[in-house]
Amino acid sequence: MTYREANVPGFGADTMARPLTGNEAMARGVWEAGVKVAAAYPGTPSTEILESVATYPASDITAQWAVNEKVSLDVAIGAALSGVRAMSAMKHVGLNVASDSLMSQTYIGVHAGLVLIVCDDPGIHSSQNEQDTRLFARLANAPILEPSDAQEAHDFVKIAYDISEEFDTPVIVRSTTRLSHTRSSVTVGPRVEVEPKGFVGNPQKTVSIPANARRAHPKLIEREEKLKAFFAASPLTQVDEGTTTYGIVTHGTPYLYVKEVAPDAKVLKLAASYPLAEETVKAFAASVDRLLVVEELEPVIEESIKALGIPCEGKVFFPRVGELSPEIVKAGLAAAGLAEAPAEPPSYDINPVVRPPVLCAGCPHTASYMALRAVDGRVAGDIGCYTLAAVEPLRSIDTTICMGASIANAVGMAMAGTNKEPIIATIGDSTFLHSGIPPLIDAVYNKADITVIILDNKITAMTGGQHHPGTGHTLRGEKTHQVSYIDICKAAGVEWVRKVDPYDVGTLYRTIREATEYKGVSVVISERPCVLDPVRIKGQPLKVNPEGCVACQSCMNLGCPAITWSDQFYEGHRKVQIDAASCIGCTLCAQLCPSDCIQPVNA
Amino acid sequence: MTADTSLDEPAEATREASRADRPTNILIVGVGGQGVIMISKVLALLSQMHGAEVKQSEVHGMAKRGGVVFSHVRYGKKVWSPTIAKGEADVLIALEWAEGLRWLDFLRPGTGVFVSDTRKIVPPFACRNRKFGADRAYAKETPAEIVSRVGNGYVLDATGAAEDLGNTRAANTVLLGALSTTLEFPAEEWENVIDQFVPKGTQEVNREAFRYGRDWVEKARRDPAFGLSDANAYEAPVLLPGEVDVELEINETWCKGCDICVKLCPERCLALSEKHKATLKNPAACTGCRVCEWLCPDFAIRVKRTAAAEAAE
Ligand SMILES: Cc1ncc(C[n+]2csc(CCOP(=O)(O)OP(=O)(O)O)c2C)c(N)n1
Ligand code: SF4
Ligand code: SF4
Repeated sequence: MTYREANVPGFGADTMARPLTGNEAMARGVWEAGVKVAAAYPGTPSTEILESVATYPASDITAQWAVNEKVSLDVAIGAALSGVRAMSAMKHVGLNVASDSLMSQTYIGVHAGLVLIVCDDPGIHSSQNEQDTRLFARLANAPILEPSDAQEAHDFVKIAYDISEEFDTPVIVRSTTRLSHTRSSVTVGPRVEVEPKGFVGNPQKTVSIPANARRAHPKLIEREEKLKAFFAASPLTQVDEGTTTYGIVTHGTPYLYVKEVAPDAKVLKLAASYPLAEETVKAFAASVDRLLVVEELEPVIEESIKALGIPCEGKVFFPRVGELSPEIVKAGLAAAGLAEAPAEPPSYDINPVVRPPVLCAGCPHTASYMALRAVDGRVAGDIGCYTLAAVEPLRSIDTTICMGASIANAVGMAMAGTNKEPIIATIGDSTFLHSGIPPLIDAVYNKADITVIILDNKITAMTGGQHHPGTGHTLRGEKTHQVSYIDICKAAGVEWVRKVDPYDVGTLYRTIREATEYKGVSVVISERPCVLDPVRIKGQPLKVNPEGCVACQSCMNLGCPAITWSDQFYEGHRKVQIDAASCIGCTLCAQLCPSDCIQPVNA
Repeated sequence: MTADTSLDEPAEATREASRADRPTNILIVGVGGQGVIMISKVLALLSQMHGAEVKQSEVHGMAKRGGVVFSHVRYGKKVWSPTIAKGEADVLIALEWAEGLRWLDFLRPGTGVFVSDTRKIVPPFACRNRKFGADRAYAKETPAEIVSRVGNGYVLDATGAAEDLGNTRAANTVLLGALSTTLEFPAEEWENVIDQFVPKGTQEVNREAFRYGRDWVEKARRDPAFGLSDANAYEAPVLLPGEVDVELEINETWCKGCDICVKLCPERCLALSEKHKATLKNPAACTGCRVCEWLCPDFAIRVKRTAAAEAAE
């Protein structure tokens, strides 16, 4: 019997296969598992999980954007303790935010099933780091399941709920960018309704005071042992027979790369890097002459195997940074003397222009950063589309650490006393609500002399346009209360708050200048909707009158993708042109043009 | 250009794959918003309908912000890895010219088929060197040159064709039409599947776009000169004489330190000195654009181009 037949409730009832991405497959698994409450904060590559859950009926499952990842996990914990299955999804760095809850939740246990879906980003396709969630799982003593393709992603999520309830622990299902965004055929099943159990009603279990936590900790260690035995006995842990001159222990998507390049090798595919299926690993090691470990990012499996006293080779041949690929696995096997070195295919040796992401034509963030150039400040940035203003031509962000860091970073810069420039924090609306409010309160409390610019584009844009409490709409599109940033700032004790339209460049410059001259915490709310989400904005395009263009490049400094060079010249410099199809008519370039040669197309 | 294949013969891209009993690898590349993902979905569904295992993997994190989008589609009896290695794409389909060039090394040497739009989407990044006489740093290689280098190349003005049909957004369907001639699925199936993925009300124009792409390749196979016509119509970038020096002359007695030039210099090369006078803090960055000269209310700045610059005019 395969693990699917053995473990998936309702397997075989609806065998229609359909192409799903890993994220869609996990969402389907969540719904099939009878989950009642699902919450998440967006973050690439995890965003589509909750968006996809929201395509299932609201009467089956809630699907709600939380204000941040910790809130999302706390919501899920509350639901699980109330006796219904719950899910919280996030990207890898989101777990940093939610980790405080997770670390104690593993002591408490779950009552009804609780699963965290965490998506790592090996290769840093769109993140600020490539931390490995498997290390978090070990730290929190939470089992972590690692599917390798969309079918497993679907199945493992369902199995995770059973494990969660059987072992009374939250379970992490770990995806990666590659899995989340790869579409392959998935055989799905029906939803299984799970009878709500009602609230736990056991304060000794659910209140983590020292006395209870001291009792819970040894149980955690016992549970780890039980889970090791469970994974060793479970068909989830899979051995593919092959030649025994060497054997490969692997996990998740790297399993696919191993199968691609070493189809004849004997392979142990772990469903969980933690807790390790020790007995299976020992037997596997004994069955081969040489043991290799192929894992993406940190040597989690390798170190656990070595800790058992079993010699194995991993990171000597396979990189610890970046995403693996069949080529990299093959090169590693070649370095180990187990495969022929892959031939480097002939290169055409062509290097076209690099195409980094840029702010959209007409993006309201553009003007705010253009204005920041003029005050020549020290700018603590944050994370969002606006981080793109850190590079040329806007180049007006000095630091970016992680979500919500900007305001307190600015407080520190002010306290350091080493900056002559005005100190400014810039933060997006979604990020401000995620983790910008406590540092704002801190700034006022500690009397910092800083300016905060809230870039209110009325959406979580970077991750594809999700609602948040500042948009006045929920994930399922219902109207709800819309928070007021001015009220929040006033309640925090900010006395200087002003709203400005970034498309009004003159007023924006003046407002930012006045704000930086104010002693104390000043807040400028730069308010203008994103041009892409929730609705695409397209106004009357502008054009450049080539007669008047003096090729000064002032408008080029906006970095607007609608503006490029034409084939006409002024004193040896290229004049500019505007692509009418991509121009949205924000007029920023016209406001900056010193020769007044940018006009509406049909003026 | 291979003119020796007719549509009745086994399709050129899949022939080698089926002979070697391995998956067919198709790499689709372009810029955000062009429809890379639509092409992938069409391919994935078609091959699944034919009983193949399919994996389609994309990286689109930055797609909406004008960044690069690429999608790997692999189908066959058994597909393990979702990604295609360098030198292993049976077809490389590019929705934008420079993107096609960027991924060319992924094409399987010898048998790989290159299908590309000749259209340029010039990113602002290519217009960054604002020095006197600087060139757009887009791409040097022309379609005609690449077609001769890859062997199996179909390079057409798909965007232009879609424009003529009345909907620029159907350019990706034109390329699907061209792609369809290199794979084994029947034309009617392509059209039916495409119908499911295009916006309501655009089915007809997409059918026309598909047929245009398909006919284009058939014609190119019969008539190699026709096959090169769009490639030859590509406008190569204008090249200019090299860089020329400029000098800035700042009259300190006239400068009153108003800061206007410092704030508005597009290159950020000016600064106010201790004495509150404008100074050129970064001469290397000055492009001689004259913004400071025009905007100085006291005529304190003059931009002079050196003799060499004058001679180059
Ligand atoms: C802890 C954490 N969660 C999620 C993300 C993913 N993420 C990056 S930017 C961003 C949202 C930014 O929204 P906003 O601040 O409104 O700026 P915008 O993109 O709209 O300009 C998110 C959710 C992250 N980097 N870190
Ligand atoms: S998506 Fe919105 S916020 Fe992001 S760059 Fe585009 S306009 Fe700006
Ligand atoms: S008006 Fe100017 S800055 Fe605004 S989108 Fe159009 S070209 Fe870009």
